[in-house]
This record gives sequence, C-alpha cells and structure tokens, in this order.
Amino acid sequence: MDKIIVGLKRVVDYNVRVQVRSDGSGVETDGVKMSINPFDEIALEEALRIREAGNANEVIAVSIGSADAQQQLRTGLAMGADRAILVAVDQDLDPLSVARVFQAIAAKENAGLVMLGKQAIDGDNSQVAQMLAALWDRPQATFASGVSIEGDTARVVREVDAGLETIEVDLPAVISVDLRLNEPRYVKLPDIMKAKKKPLDEIALSDLGVEAAPKVRELSYAPPAARQRGIMVDDVAGLVAALKDKGLV
Amino acid sequence: MARILIVAEHDGSDLNPSTAKCVSCAAAIDGAEIDVVVLAANVADIAAKAAEIAGIARVLTVERAENENAVAAILAPQVAALAGDYAYVFGPSTTFGRDLMPRVAALLGVNQVSDIMSVEGSHTFKRPIYAGNAIVTVEAPPDTVLIATVRVASWPTAAAGGSAPVEAASADTELPVHTRYIGLESAASDRPDLQTAATVVAGGRAFGSEENFQLLYALADTLGAGVGASRAAVDAGYCANDMQVGQTGKIIAPDLYIAIGISGAIQHLTGIKDAGTIVAINKDEEAPIFEVADIGLAGDLNSAVPELTNALSK
Ligand SMILES: Cc1cc2nc3c(=O)[nH]c(=O)nc-3n(C[C@H](O)[C@H](O)[C@H](O)COP(=O)(O)OP(=O)(O)OC[C@H]3O[C@@H](n4cnc5c(N)ncnc54)[C@H](O)[C@@H]3O)c2cc1C
Ligand SMILES: Nc1ncnc2c1ncn2[C@@H]1O[C@H](COP(=O)(O)O)[C@@H](O)[C@H]1O
Repeated sequence: MDKIIVGLKRVVDYNVRVQVRSDGSGVETDGVKMSINPFDEIALEEALRIREAGNANEVIAVSIGSADAQQQLRTGLAMGADRAILVAVDQDLDPLSVARVFQAIAAKENAGLVMLGKQAIDGDNSQVAQMLAALWDRPQATFASGVSIEGDTARVVREVDAGLETIEVDLPAVISVDLRLNEPRYVKLPDIMKAKKKPLDEIALSDLGVEAAPKVRELSYAPPAARQRGIMVDDVAGLVAALKDKGLV
Repeated sequence: MARILIVAEHDGSDLNPSTAKCVSCAAAIDGAEIDVVVLAANVADIAAKAAEIAGIARVLTVERAENENAVAAILAPQVAALAGDYAYVFGPSTTFGRDLMPRVAALLGVNQVSDIMSVEGSHTFKRPIYAGNAIVTVEAPPDTVLIATVRVASWPTAAAGGSAPVEAASADTELPVHTRYIGLESAASDRPDLQTAATVVAGGRAFGSEENFQLLYALADTLGAGVGASRAAVDAGYCANDMQVGQTGKIIAPDLYIAIGISGAIQHLTGIKDAGTIVAINKDEEAPIFEVADIGLAGDLNSAVPELTNALSK
C-alpha cells in the first residue's frame, strides 16, 4: 500500500486527574498538560512499523483541532511520520464530523489504511473509526491488539469481551487500536530537530467540503458521585468479620 | 409513544445478559415501546430467550447465514434498514455494541450517545467522560433517530417472565464481503462471568507471576466469584486480556469487589465505581485504592490471600 493516515488527537494527558469546574461549565483545562491521545500514539507506532517493514510508503499524521495541536503533530513527526496535516477548527467537533474529515482526507490521499485510537480519552466516545468505516464503505477492525499486513488484506486480532477475535479485512480499511498492540518508541533529540523540517500543512474545514453533523449538545458537567474512604481492619480475621457484618460472605 | 429497538447481543446460541440491561434503560424513557432484534444464523433459541424479558413488545428476527458471527460491517446495514420504524436504537456498551452501533449511526447520518448512565428526559442523558472523572448531561437532537449505547454497569437486569411475540423481519440489504471472521480464542473458564458476577476478586501486578495468580483463583472459587485483573497484570501475562477491569477493560458493578495488590490508578477505578462494597488488600498503606475502599487491609497478599481463602472456606 502507499499511504497510511493516522489520527492524533490532542487531549489532556492521561496522568492528569481531571477536575470539573466549580460552575459546572466544563472540565478544567487551563494550565493542564496536553498530550497525544495514548491510543493514537500506539496507532502511529504501528503505522511506522508497517512502513518500516516495507508494507507502506508514507505515514501521514492528521489532527483536527486548534492551532495548539501542532505540538502533537510535531511529536508525531519526530516519532517518524513523514508529514502532517492540521485541520483547523475553533471548537470541538463531534465524532461524525471528525469521521467526515477523515473520509475526505482518506479519499484525497487515496489511503490504504487509516489507523485511529479505539477511543479518545477526553470524550471517551469510541465512535470515529467505526463511523469513518461506514462512510467510506470499508472494513473496520476495532480494538486491535495484533495487526499483520498480507498483500491486499490485513489480519487483525481484536480484544473483545470474550477473548481475542481474529478477522481478515480487505484494504483499504480502518483500524482502531487497543493498548496492548505495541509500545510506542521514545522520541530522541535529533528526531525533534529533523521533525522541524518536515511538512505540516494547515487546512480549513471548508477546504475539505465537510459539513458539520447534527450535534449531541453537552449541557452541564458534574463530578462523579464520590466514594467515601471506609474502615481499615488490622488483619484477615478483622476483614472476615467486617464482611460478615455486611452480610457479604 | 416512543418506539425503541434494542439490538440483542449473543454468541450464536445464548443471549448475553447485556440485552436485558438495555431493556431497563429503554424502559426509563417515557412511553417506551420496546422491540428487541436478534440477528443470527439460527435465531430460534436466542429469540425465545429474548421473548422472556419482561416489558418488551416484540422480538424481531433476521435469520441469515451471514449473521453467524457478529461482524459490525455486516450487521450495521441490516440494523440501519430496520431503524426507519424507530425513534431510538440502543445497543450495549460491551465490545459488541461499541463496535456496531457507531457504524449504524454513521449510516443514518447521526452522532451516537455513548454509554448512557441515566435517562433525564426523552433526549437528555447522563454519560461519563474523562474516564469517569466527569459526568456530562447531553441532549441529542430531537428530530432525528437516536442511536445510543447503554452503559451496562449502570442498569439492572430487566426481569424475566415475559412472553413477547417473535416475528421474522426483513432487512434485505446487500452485505459487504470485505470483512471475514476467522475465529475466537477464549480463555474458557467455569467461573462466573466478570460482567454479571455478584462477587469479583481481582489481582494486580503485585502477584508477580501467572503461577501466583492461583492464590487468587482459589479465593475466587471459595467465594463463587468472577476474577478480574489490572492492566499491569494482564500486560505482564499473568492472566488473559478479557479479565482486565477499567477504562479500557470491563466496567463492572458487582455487589462485592476485592482488589488485591492493585494500586488504584484512575483508569482502574473507572471500572469499579458502581461496585457495592470495595475491599482492598495492599501492602502500602498509602495506596490510592484505600481512598475508595469500604474495607481496607494493609498487608502482604502472599500471606493474606491464602489466610482469607482458608478462613472463608470454613
Ligand atoms: C489510556 C490508559 C488506559 C488504561 N486502562 C486501564 C484499565 O482499563 N485497567 C487498569 O487496571 N489499568 C489501566 N491502565 C493502567 C493504569 O494506569 C495502571 O498502570 C494500572 O492499573 C496499574 O496496575 P496495578 O495496580 O496492578 O500495578 P501497580 O500500580 O504497580 O500497583 C501494584 C500494587 O501492589 C502493591 N503490592 C506490591 N506487592 C504487594 C504484596 N506483596 N502484597 C500486597 N500488595 C502489594 C503495591 O503497593 C501497589 O499498590 C491504563 C492506562 C492508560 C494510560
Ligand atoms: N480531533 C481529532 N483529531 C485527530 N484524530 C481524532 C480526533 N478525534 C478523534 N480522533 C481519532 O479517532 C479516535 C477515536 O475517537 P473517539 O471516537 O472520539 O473516541 C481517536 O483515538 C483518534 O485516533
């Protein structure tokens, strides 16, 4: 295949303990560390390995978001992506509109594979890959923990509730990746320098002719019901007594 | 009246309990009239089970050889073809529903509401975001079909004892051949299913090896419990991937959850927020798991777990 497109969403870093703003208007993102969605980093790593194995020529990193997402794209370029595209939007797009953007880019680039995360850890929607596959009328292989390219097909192991499922899909296809697929490489300083020279194109939503979809509106935010710290027992006998007390054993 | 279609989850012969949980969610919508659709190669047994769920109007069946395995690209056009008669189409938040429902939504040109925790109005719902660190109230557009997944851990199993009529439905759409099911590798176990067990014991990295996980299995068998694990334990190869509990594993709500040698990372806690009682055994008194545990024991699992198994088997 020629090209692999990888989605890199800029999200609050997974180590940050996210807080809801006291007025319920959203979660606090000011001054909070932002990173590539961890699943997307794995998607990029896999795309790079496919290219390095000689099964693809070019890896293109795509982010849809504010100009700040350039940082995540530069990191993606430093990891090894060949070029990057920032689709500039000033507000958070809904998953269907994001899928439409990827469809437009996949068509324009004549992509052989689109690799995304199984979910973005901010909205936890887990929708874009499946939606893109539907719009593009191509196969989807979600929650991938193993990918092998065999000519015009890909064999994908999927992490499902019942265990590990294997499917075979014709290319082009959409793959959404799970955490156990690989360990993303570390970026080294010379790579960061090199990445500065790689192309990063910025385009507008209107350049792609994408129409925004009907939105699910977010009305208000609240912290989850907090669990209280309970009692500490001294030993196993104390634990058994406490469980019996609650009628649990 | 609000016509709601629920896509039944099954493994080809048995109905998955997630279906009855979706029914509970659907029943929370005012004026709900609920149909369940079974898409399978052999529908009879599954449809008969679905018909027993109390509170549903009809069971629809779509019997096609192509429906032998749950392949989203094959099921989605059939569900989309049936959706025209409904105001809502729901599926479970299991890997089955998460794979399928967004594909249905996109075919119908709408967004999906993922992981409904509660129904606040005909088109307003609560759902978790940021690994459950925030709960957002969302409103879906009222003028289009509403596609959603139901967060199964948030809903009780609808009662049995119904006897809904079973009707064959036609979803004569052309199906793609670009996706082929090869097989499933499943760590078969006689223990209760993690997602529906009343008691779950779970182990973390601290077990140190696959062999040492036997301590956990012995405790589980004494309690008749399902067995879960942290991501670290799965990644280290101590147990199968389908045992992972948390943001990227299973979200569960047992009456009793016993976390052993698990530190309590936010991604893990996301999976057990709705548990009735949380017990933690950890040798580090400062471990974050103790902040959410109802009963905590600071101690070494290598002695505490066999001791507990022993005490409980008496
Ligand atoms: C995007 C993302 C998604 C994730 N999803 C999940 C998920 O779904 N589920 C999940 O679990 N994790 C998930 N994680 C990983 C999570 O962040 C933690 O790394 C993981 O939960 C840690 O597992 P652990 O508690 O077993 O290991 P550790 O954090 O290493 O904790 C081990 C604990 O065992 C205790 N201990 C050590 N020896 C003993 C002993 N002898 N007796 C008793 N206690 C002992 C230690 O004090 C420590 O608290 C995710 C991470 C990311 C980035
Ligand atoms: N704004 C975005 N920019 C780039 N990729 C995105 C964006 N939103 C979603 N994606 C991709 O789609 C995956 C699933 O996202 P979601 O369906 O929103 O949970 C993510 O892991 C990304 O790979």
